[in-house]
Amino acid sequence: MSGEATSESFEHALRAALRPVDPPRELAARLEGTLQELSDLAAEELESWELGAMRDPRNWVRPVAAATVGAGAGAALVVLRVRSAHRRRRSRDPLQLAQRTLKAAADEARRLRR
Amino acid sequence: MPSPEPSKVAPPPRDGKAELDRAFSELYRSHLRDVFSYAYYRVGNHHDAEDLTEQTFLQAYRHFERARQESDGRPLRPWLIRIAHNLAANHYRDRARKPQTPIDDTHVITAPHTTEDLVAGREELGAILHGIEELSTERRDALVMRFALGMDNREIARAMGKTDGATKVLLHRAVKQLEGIVRG
Repeated sequence: MSGEATSESFEHALRAALRPVDPPRELAARLEGTLQELSDLAAEELESWELGAMRDPRNWVRPVAAATVGAGAGAALVVLRVRSAHRRRRSRDPLQLAQRTLKAAADEARRLRR
Repeated sequence: MPSPEPSKVAPPPRDGKAELDRAFSELYRSHLRDVFSYAYYRVGNHHDAEDLTEQTFLQAYRHFERARQESDGRPLRPWLIRIAHNLAANHYRDRARKPQTPIDDTHVITAPHTTEDLVAGREELGAILHGIEELSTERRDALVMRFALGMDNREIARAMGKTDGATKVLLHRAVKQLEGIVRG
């Protein structure tokens, strides 16, 4: 058998050994759920941001920067992380809450810009 | 200072986002199996492969818009595989360890084969899976991309950040080395 023929048969064996592996169904379902949640939360958060925080002129500058930096998927994650941060550190003081929102958005925007 | 209407302050790119989400969903459905297969052969077990696959798609979601712009219409599969490759490398670097689990070859042994396969090939298939672990990560990755994912030289080159020529040489050497190990 020539070397070339050997290699050919070996490549055939390689194809048989390294077959694609189907992901478990639970993984597909879990991942789709996570991605859907990311998308929904981002849309929801954008809406509430627009209607609430945007009424205060002090809140205009940084969110605009954040939205510009991360339009689309990036922005979705900015708002998602801000939302998560809020959940972790809820505050009854609106000014403090607004400051945290701005800081979190700016931090996330900086991270996305890198 | 008069307050501008809220809707004029930061118009969220809703239409663009919806379109991006649709495109990402399509990418995800088309390549979930590719990413999982790569992850599986890279880390050697289903559990870590699931984690790596999830992290890959979450990372891809974050950077999808820019990747799409920069891809200039080219397929994004190499980009996805590159993300998985980098995440796997970071994982092992952070924990200062190499894959410790040998590739679980259960799926090869239990999957339906022809009679010919059963008689002549099963041992060799097992030997290939064990032999591939002796290769460098780079050679192993190249073989997985070619034979498990069916990527061509150009795609593999993009995923690995190499030239087409270097990729061709890499693949050739990887096949030869593995053949030497298995049939040596």
